Amino acid sequence: MEKFTTLKATAAPLAVENIDTDQIIPARFLKATDKKGFGDNLFMDWRFDKKGEVVTDFPLNNPLYKNAQILVAGDNFGCGSSREHAAWAIVGYGFKVVISSFFADIFKGNALNNGLLPIQVSPAFLKEVLTAIKKDPNTEIIIDLENQVVVIGQAKEAFVIDPYKKVCLLNGYDDIDYLISQKETIEKFEKGRMVF
Amino acid sequence: MRFPPSREFIMKKTLFDKVWDAHVVTSVPNGPQVLYIDKHLIHEVTSPQAFNELEERGIKIARPDQIVATADHNTPTIDQHLPIKDLLSRNQLAQLTKNCDQHGITLYGLGHENNGIVHVMAPELGITQPGMTMVCGDSHTSTHGAFGTIAFGIGTSQVAQVFASQCLLLQKPKSLRVNVNGELAKGVLPKDVILYIIAKLGTNAGTGYFCEYAGNVFEEMSMEGRMTVCNMSIEMGARGGMIAPDQTTFDYVEGKEFAPQDVAPAGQEGGFAKAVEYWKTLPTDEGAVFDQEYHINAEDIAPMITYGTNPGMGIKINESIPEKGDMTFEKALEYMNFKKGNQLLNTPINYVFIGSCTNSRIEDFRVAADYVKGKQKAPNVNAWLVPGSQKVARQLAEEGLKEVFEEAGFVLRQPGCSACLAMNDDKIPAGEYCVSTSNRNFEGRQGQGARTILASPLVAAATAIEGKIVDITKTLIA
Repeated sequence: MEKFTTLKATAAPLAVENIDTDQIIPARFLKATDKKGFGDNLFMDWRFDKKGEVVTDFPLNNPLYKNAQILVAGDNFGCGSSREHAAWAIVGYGFKVVISSFFADIFKGNALNNGLLPIQVSPAFLKEVLTAIKKDPNTEIIIDLENQVVVIGQAKEAFVIDPYKKVCLLNGYDDIDYLISQKETIEKFEKGRMVF
Repeated sequence: MRFPPSREFIMKKTLFDKVWDAHVVTSVPNGPQVLYIDKHLIHEVTSPQAFNELEERGIKIARPDQIVATADHNTPTIDQHLPIKDLLSRNQLAQLTKNCDQHGITLYGLGHENNGIVHVMAPELGITQPGMTMVCGDSHTSTHGAFGTIAFGIGTSQVAQVFASQCLLLQKPKSLRVNVNGELAKGVLPKDVILYIIAKLGTNAGTGYFCEYAGNVFEEMSMEGRMTVCNMSIEMGARGGMIAPDQTTFDYVEGKEFAPQDVAPAGQEGGFAKAVEYWKTLPTDEGAVFDQEYHINAEDIAPMITYGTNPGMGIKINESIPEKGDMTFEKALEYMNFKKGNQLLNTPINYVFIGSCTNSRIEDFRVAADYVKGKQKAPNVNAWLVPGSQKVARQLAEEGLKEVFEEAGFVLRQPGCSACLAMNDDKIPAGEYCVSTSNRNFEGRQGQGARTILASPLVAAATAIEGKIVDITKTLIA
């Protein structure tokens, strides 16, 4: 997994609540057997209409947000299906961070397992960020994982992250490495396990 | 005078605590716990990348005998004996077969007598048992919690972790209990109970929690009804839902192919009686404290339908769409082409889908067939029935329900996830409404532009007969 330490980048606003993983990556794109190419289909049915025409007022289609590496979304982001393809699509599209006032559990875990940092901020701070990046798409946001803080202009807010996951992200470790290191302990546990 | 908390008080545990604690292998200092997984269910869509990852890293699958695979998400529901037309789908299924063969994993592939939707197949074979931990790369794994099992959906990275170690790294979730007591009215099914709970509590009320459903309503419910309830726990954000195992659970599990047998296999402790003895210790201790608790009166619940684009946007069938003004709400109503303050009654409906891991078990079809018997579907309606498994398909034939439905003009398909997520060809056309017994009414879930209205199998059956949404409570009384 890629390391994450700090990021200074522009952000794209997506001020919709309850964005589910079916919107992030529709089911018809889940037929692949590798992790490649999902970024092309990110938010497919919001980026393009039924006739395949570009939806011009959708923020990701706005050229001013083309280089954004941070996605700023409404409350309860990533609800619904457990498909990790949603995280692969967001990463594949070029985002490194998602900021929201609330994340669904499974999505949050999937994001962290792919080096994508989900940052939960207060509803007031979220509103402030959305207003700033809508007003000026060139507004840069600084994410400092070591110090767990998001900075935008004069405003800043601390965020919480599981200390174990923080170490993983800072160093590019993943859970498999840790679990395999516990092989003996796991085997010992198995011997005492109840099986009927 | 104040006493320190007694030992007895400290020891009071919830059902969830008991099962969780029995599976903690070790803890990372200041971090998550290593949780042992008893059973790992896999399917074609969320497993291939996990197999690839292990291969790339040269890691062996730790416990192939604790994994069971099925093909369900991406399978056709007609002509399953023929090669799959869609090349990508065919390839994905071929990949699953290859991976299972290579690693010695049991696979109930397309056409196998045990094939079915993963959350229908595993319980009916006795793979799901009380007190277990179970995972699957599918958010509706919460279904298995109906047995007093810790069961939850995982992402593909976690599928790879379980492959590699039979364990997962997890923070213990908070505890939540939803109590429903009282008497349900006629025509109110388990689906209505869970849709009501989600509408009442909201789509993220359960996030960060594992939910226990308690009260006489769940105690009196069949196992299949309990599965419907636990299935939709994720629609209120809860990773899983659980119901305490009781005699209903034991009776359901007993005699199933993979259930503990009367006599334990050589070298193993146990047997069914021993298992029951243990399972009886699992229910939440009286006085155990939950982080969050809700109480609902069964009498307040009515047949439910959804009007919006998340499962929390539900109302009683004869209620009006609420008057709200936020952007997300407006966006949902625009997508659904509904207006605030309006009722859904009498809305013409051209598509009805009875199926999915929520409502595709035999009891769901029995209740629908009971209503349909001797009637004809409305001419405007396409009514699809998709059984959850080969076993359910056999039961439909044996019980004569197949005939009832076919005589009424319904189309009976072969088992699979089908139009619940529309990965295969079973899609609802853009702009059309579908009254569906599935679990998600998200935009485009049943096909691009399709408009999903979630309901019970009874409401779905009545819609198919009338060609529009009707107040089932009135029909039943009449």
